[in-house]
Formats: sequence, C-alpha cells, structure tokens
Amino acid sequence: MKYDIVIVGGGPAGLAAAVSAYDAGTKSILILERDRELGGILNQCIHNGFGLHTFNEELTGPEYAARFITQVMDRGIEYKLNTMVMDISADRKVTALNREDGLFEIEAGAVILAMGCRERARGALNIPGYRPAGIYSAGTAQRLVNIEGFLPGREVVILGSGDIGLIMARRMTLEGAKVKVVAELMPYSGGLKRNIVQCLDDFGIPLKLSHTVVDIQGKERVTGVTIAQVDENRRPIPGTEEFYECDTLLLSCGLIPENELSSSMGVEMHKVTGGPVVNESLETSVAGVFACGNVLHVHDLVDYVSEEAGIAGRMACEFVQGKVKGSDGKGITVKTESGVRYSVPATINPVNMAEEVVLRFRVGDVYKDAYVSLYINGERVSHKKKRILTPGEMENVTLKREQLLSVGDLTDITLKIEED
Amino acid sequence: MESKNLTCICCPLGCALKVDMEDGKVIDVTGNGCKRGKEYGAKEVTNPTRIVTSSVVVTGALCGAVPVKTAADVPKSKVFDVVKALKGVSVKAPVHIGDIILPDVAGTGVDIVATKEIASSI
Amino acid sequence: MYDVIIIGAGVSGAAVARELARYKAQICVIERCEDVCCGTSKANSGIVHAGYDAKPGSLMAKLNVKGNAMMGGLSEELDFEFKRIGSLVVCTKNDDRSKLEELYKRGLQNGVPGLKIVERDELLKLEPNISDDAECALYAPSAGIVCPFGLNIALAENAATNGVEFKFDTEVKNIEYTEGCFELETNKGTFTAKAVVNAAGVYADVFHNMLCDKKINITPRKGEYFLLDKGVGGHVSHTIFQLPDALGKGVLVSPTTHGNLLVGPTALDIEDKEGTNTTLSGLDKITATAGKAVKNVPLRSVITSFSGLRAHEDGHEFIIGQAEGGPKGFFDCAGIESPGLSSAPAIGEMLGGLIAKEYGFEKNPRFNGKRKGIVRPKDLTTDEYNKLIKEQPAYGTIICRCESITEGEIIDSIRRPLGAKSLDGVKRRTRAGMGRCQAGFCSPKTMEIIARELNIPLESVTKAGGNSIIIKGVNKDRIDCEVAGR
Repeated sequence: MKYDIVIVGGGPAGLAAAVSAYDAGTKSILILERDRELGGILNQCIHNGFGLHTFNEELTGPEYAARFITQVMDRGIEYKLNTMVMDISADRKVTALNREDGLFEIEAGAVILAMGCRERARGALNIPGYRPAGIYSAGTAQRLVNIEGFLPGREVVILGSGDIGLIMARRMTLEGAKVKVVAELMPYSGGLKRNIVQCLDDFGIPLKLSHTVVDIQGKERVTGVTIAQVDENRRPIPGTEEFYECDTLLLSCGLIPENELSSSMGVEMHKVTGGPVVNESLETSVAGVFACGNVLHVHDLVDYVSEEAGIAGRMACEFVQGKVKGSDGKGITVKTESGVRYSVPATINPVNMAEEVVLRFRVGDVYKDAYVSLYINGERVSHKKKRILTPGEMENVTLKREQLLSVGDLTDITLKIEED
Repeated sequence: MESKNLTCICCPLGCALKVDMEDGKVIDVTGNGCKRGKEYGAKEVTNPTRIVTSSVVVTGALCGAVPVKTAADVPKSKVFDVVKALKGVSVKAPVHIGDIILPDVAGTGVDIVATKEIASSI
Repeated sequence: MYDVIIIGAGVSGAAVARELARYKAQICVIERCEDVCCGTSKANSGIVHAGYDAKPGSLMAKLNVKGNAMMGGLSEELDFEFKRIGSLVVCTKNDDRSKLEELYKRGLQNGVPGLKIVERDELLKLEPNISDDAECALYAPSAGIVCPFGLNIALAENAATNGVEFKFDTEVKNIEYTEGCFELETNKGTFTAKAVVNAAGVYADVFHNMLCDKKINITPRKGEYFLLDKGVGGHVSHTIFQLPDALGKGVLVSPTTHGNLLVGPTALDIEDKEGTNTTLSGLDKITATAGKAVKNVPLRSVITSFSGLRAHEDGHEFIIGQAEGGPKGFFDCAGIESPGLSSAPAIGEMLGGLIAKEYGFEKNPRFNGKRKGIVRPKDLTTDEYNKLIKEQPAYGTIICRCESITEGEIIDSIRRPLGAKSLDGVKRRTRAGMGRCQAGFCSPKTMEIIARELNIPLESVTKAGGNSIIIKGVNKDRIDCEVAGR
C-alpha cells in the first residue's frame, strides 16, 4: 500500500489535517483510526461549548466532530477504522493492524501524527491506599456514562479540577449521582471558569483548592477517601484530613500526549509538552513527519486543535509536493522564559516559514495585568497586555516572517511574561 | 434593595460580581472588569438559562446511549425537570443529528434533539 | 471424599497441586478469592533469587537453590516468562564490605553457582547506572526474574488440565478431624479429604493452629513497590540489591519480565492480614532510599504502586511437611516468604512427592506436564500472525493499546482452563490494562468482552470478583428519588 499522506488518528486533529491536506492538493490520503468510528474523544464529550471560534456557534463534541467527518466524507478521503498503528519507521513505513488486512505496511510520502493524549492515572499520582474497584479516570467514566449509558458510581469524590473532571461532576449529578467534593492539588483550578460556575457552583458542589487525596478506603469497592490540605510544596498537612464516604473516586489530573509511536521512531521529544519538538511547519525532527493536536501539546479548546491541524495538513501536502524541504534542523530555537513554559513550534527557520506563524504556549502560574513579550535579537517587537494569564489556558503570539527577515542575521527569538 | 453575588464566566479572570436589584429589576452591577461582565450579571440574576446536554437509551446500535441536548436554552430552574423527562426515553438506531427525540421537554417549549449520528448495528 | 484438599491457590498451593497431578488421586484446591494468584503471589518482586541469602542448611537455602535451578526447565515446560538476568548486591563506600564477603561465603555454602565479587570497574560495565558510591558487588549470574502471575497461573492451569479440581470464592471457615478424615466447612458447604495441605499464605497460622498443639505465628510483613514505565525499563539490566544494613534489606531496582522497572519493597510488620494498602510513609520511604545503589532512578515514570504481604513466620523458616503436633495428614506449607516464589517449583516437588509417598498414590500415566500459554502475537512472524488473524480475526483488534494486547488474547484468557472472570484476571493473564494508562482506555472494552464471553450482564463484571463491581447502575435509574430530594 502506498499513500501520499498517512494520518495516524481520526480525532479532531486527524480529521482537520486530512481536510486541509486534501484542499491543498493532495488527494492520496489515508486516515488510520483505532476506534470503531471517526471523531476521537469528541464522541464522548457530549456537553456543549465547542466550535465558538471555528463555526461561530456552540456545538456539542459529537456535533463538532460530525462537521469535520462530513467534510472528510464529501472529499472521499479514505480511512480505516478499528485499525491500530503498531510501528512507524524513520523512512515513513507505517505498520498497522486490523481484522481485515491483518498486519500490513503502508509507504507514506508524509506522516501526520494525531494520536491525541491520555489521562494521568492513579499510579502516576502516587495516591496511597487500597486498589479497589471504583477508581476511574474522568475520561473512562465519561465513556461509560455517555457512550455505554452506565453509571460507574453513585457517591463521587473528584480529584483534580481539570475540565473533564468538572464536566463529569455535572454530568454524573444530572444522571442521579451525588458529587460530594472536587479536590485540587494546586492553589488554582486547571479548568475553565465557566465550567467551575456551570458544573460546580450551579449544583452546590464544593471545590477545595490546595487539597489532595491521601487515602483510599475499601477492599473490593471504594467505600471512602480521605482528602487533606497541602502546603506550598504540595505535601499533605497533618491534621487537615477529612474523610468522605463515597463509592467512586474520579481522577482528572492532567493529560499526557501519547507519543510512544513517535519516540520509538526516533522523533525528538519536548521535555515540557511531552510532545514532539516541531519546527515552523509543525514538522518533527524526522523529515516528513508532522504532528498536531493533543499529541503535540495538550490544548484547551478543540478549535485551536483544528486550526493547528489545518496547518499540519497543508505543510504535509507541501512536503509531498516538494515545495518545502524536510526538517533540516537549521531553525532557531524559540527561547521561553519568565513564566512561559514552552512554545509550539519550538524552532523557527525564517527561510522556510509562511508569512505568519502562530506561537502557542502556556504559562506556569497565574498572572494578572501582565504582558506577553516577544524579543527578536534582543529587541522587543511585541508587548501585549493581558488582564489575566492562567496555566489552564493556551496563549498565542503571532510571529511575522518580515519581522525576522528584517533583522538580517537572526540569532535569537525569546518569548516571556513581563510585569510591566 | 437586595443584592446577589456571583462569579463572572466571560473570561478566566472570574470577576466577583455584585448585582443590586429592586422589585426584580437590576439596578446596578459592580465588580465587573468589562462590559460583558455587566451584561452577564444582569442576565444571570433575572433570567438565567442553560443548554442541557444528556443522553437517552438507544437500541439496535453498538453503543447504549445517544447524546442529546435542548435545542435552545431553557430556564436554569428547569434543568432537573428536563433531565427527569428524559428518564425512560428510548430510541431505535439509526439516529441522526438534529432528530427530535422529545418535543417540548418539560413544558419549556424547547425540543430535545440528538447530537450524534448513531448507525444501526443490525 | 478427596484424597487431598489444598487450601490456597497461590503459587505454593498451585505448585503442590501440579505435583500431585502426576498421581492418580482426587485432588481439590480451595481458594477463597475468585481466581488463582490473589494474595502474596500476585504482589511481590518477581525475583528468582540465587540463594546466597538464607542460612546454610536451612530449608529456605536448599529449596531456593533447587527452585532456581528448576525454573528454566519449568518455564519451557509450562510456557511462562522467566529470564536469568543475574543479580548484584551492591556494596557502597558507606557499607561494610565484610558483610558482602559473608554473603559470598554463605552463597558458596548453599551451593549457589557462579558467584563472584566484582569490583567497581567491572560493575560499571555491567551496570552503567550504578551509584557513584558503589565500590563492589556480589554478582550472582543464576538469579533471574519471573512473571509471578505467569508462574502461578501456569502451574494451576496445568494441574487443572490434569484433573485437579479448583473451587473459587470458597472460604474455609473451620476444619474438623476425625479418624483419618478432615471435614472442611466452607461458605459453599462441607468438603472432606484424607489429607489437607495448608498453603493459605498469611492465614496459614489460623488453619495450623485450629488443629495443632504446637502453634505457629505468621505476621503479615507489608512490602510496597513502585512500577515504572517500560520507557525506563532499561535503566538497569540486572536485579540490583542494596547490601543489607542496620536499617534492613533496603529496596531493589530490577527490570521485570515485561520490560518495566520495579523499585521496592519496604518491610513493615502489620496486624491486618488484609492490609494490602499502600501508604504515604511507605511510598516516601522507597523514594528516599531507591538511589542508594542505583543512581537517577527515574521515579517520575511511575505508572503504579502496589503493596503485598509476606507471610513471615516467627522462626523465619519454611514450614513444610506433616504439621507438628497436628493430626496425621495435615501438611503445612507455611511461612513461605521470600525466597518463596523462587522456591515454589522445589516446594511443590518436595511436598507433593512426600504426600504421594505417604499415601502410596500411583503414578498417573496420562499426566501431561506441557502447557501452552496464551499466544503472544509479538512472538510470531508476520506470516504466522496474518494466518492467525485469518483464522481468528479477534487477533486483529487491539484492545489494550499500551501493551498491544488483542481481543484474541483476551478471549483466550477467558476461555482457557481456570479462565479469567474479572478485569484483574484478564490483566494478570494478558497484561491488558497493566500499561501506562492503567486500563483507562481498555477497561470498558475488556468489560464488554468478559460480559459477552461469560454471558453475564455488563453490570455484573467485576474488577477482582466479590463485590468489586465496576458499574453501579444505568443512567438516571434513581433520578426521581435522588434528584427530587434536592
């Protein structure tokens, strides 16, 4: 089998990448999706609030996905469901598995990585206690309730105030469960304000910041959990323990890009994002391999995933058509400091870049009335005041090609937060 | 005069709004950082509304539930009534986005519509 | 009436059962949990010790060295994972070197093959990530790692296919002895046998003391562990022990047979025989001491933590054979703490042989000691794999994406003798759900397969039997009473 572009993952990133690659001129595209339907995690995100930027209306997750699925269908783009990619070689031979084709190989002109992310599990959080039934990542519970129609618990404590946890607090309440408390390790929530108000406040569910779970009780099924306040080093403070009787503990403690395939093919990984290091074309360190969506870095809004994936699709198409050369490693690394945790893309080569490149990033703390500043060769070229910056929201700055070319010998691009 | 305190959801700032009211009418909104906050505060105390998303049982499909939503906002006070009205509702696959699952839910005048394509497994 | 009832389907009970399966006798294993390998056997280091640790002349020393020697052949016969990777006991500059030499000498006395003390230069070649403080180490090439579930399940399955009965969810409440007959009262009725093997792990003292004048006392000794992601499984290539000091044996760092990295255990005597919870202090202790022999242990890559209880008897020696001060035919297999897993093959051979001789069991000519494990697609060539998928398409669907486990393997784990009945049962047999996402993605799918294969409703699928149900109801089932009360 041979395709110009093979896209690994048929979620929001993979779908948008496919549509944009097709529209840019590549017709030979194959999407490989491991689930039984296209749409990825959006299929279980049945709440509304998607698509305000992309479609100017508020859609639910499945509706948002359907818009892109329709576009893929209309273009006749090929896809395979229930198909797992087992391996990708550095020369872009994709090995995949399904019932019909068995273990098969595809030669790809370009590969777009769009595998998404997974949730941080209990083990990675080092929560002590027993290991009974009744401990779920919020996403697993979401799948059970929204796709299968089953209620995984009746009395629920949630650890972590990520958006999925908040959404599930409301969702389970509306299905008849009692959500007793949401505990958050950090002194601020990782979720959107809107979700805190509409998912917790609307139902009188308390949010306890700077709290964590210190014990899980129950040998067969969860019978209760103990939460305690934590100090500034996130260590539990003795004497602050509170026991909550419950049958369920939901965990919403962060998302991790799923990059086992990328790492094993030798793609260079970013220490902060957990995703590949990409250049101005969203191309990884392996030539002709692109990345977008949550496999690249965890996004806050799906609209930004679609936007980013659109660029990856276009760039993959240009690569296949020979319009851009593959990754040459000659880009300048975007330096991030003073509160900026990372930048995607991580490197920029002005010679290869489009007129504009959007640098997406997250901050490491909450800032009020601070400035997002961009420096080129030590000179501040952009200084934007923000009323608020929080770790839960993705920020962006637009970098213009002419800004970079006008300085002559480009040596430094720096992104930072400044108080004034 | 009475006043209500709420958190603005227009942006991540989460301004603490104070809405002063008299005879059910908004007199003043304070604590907001922008115009949008003022509008949100006024609406939230006089006529708070929500889109309700939920699911109903689907038969003849690979999955057990089809997601649904209210086709428009409903009064916040009606949220639980909407959910209660969905108890026991069951539909047969195939289901298409926008299919009316339950008209005029809980006397709100708003329909419950499907939000996902569900293929028949038979 | 059975000839022999074995209490406990852990690794010792299963090893004895499989040995007794070689004879024409009615054998039954009674297990209080829903599956084999549910107690100490499922939560330990998975190390096959070389045998230098135990006191020379002790049963522990003898059976450890013998069990170790048997493990390679057994793993081929029964198709479970075992790797002879060797172990290193590391002596740092703060340790007393004479203690290491003592271990060496003890090892020689115990008949451990290939032992030698390696100095820092050689040690660094063997283990680049060894601590900067490491000066030398005791190298035991015969030490290995085994999948503890794999060993236990293989022994039990092979016993079952050779006619041994297994009764699960059956808890022995009381044992009476009258004139050559044991009556075992359980929650599932009364069972009788001519002989009883007490392989009840941390509960072995309870059954022993019911019938024997000379009492024993077993203390659950809790050991907590971290299991790390496969991405860091290569941090060490041998099992690395710390040299025991005044603070105890210390924690080991070892690859597992599946390519993860294991760090632990702690050692804390507790009272609760069910106290398999991890604790903040225990996990903290591992974190604080992990780096003594190995540097930069990548604890950021922890995927799960767990805890197991060693069945520590006061005399710190295996108690195997006719119980002292007890009725004839009551056989103990008690106090099986480390090196119990390593010794299991030898324990089975010893105790099974002893009972067979005592009762004059005839050899069973139809005994087949070979067992094939679950087919692992990654062991197949592409052609073989594609042929398998053609015959059984379920092998073409990946269910557990972290460990690349197919639906075919999961179905096999359920359908085979003593098949899995729960998520944990599937996990221990196939590794589905044991990877980095810890079953986040695959559990709903695995549940569907279990429900379909066992023909039970999805709501009845459990994590590990008993009351460990995963689903509490269907959406909105209590909406009127719950919501109306608001």
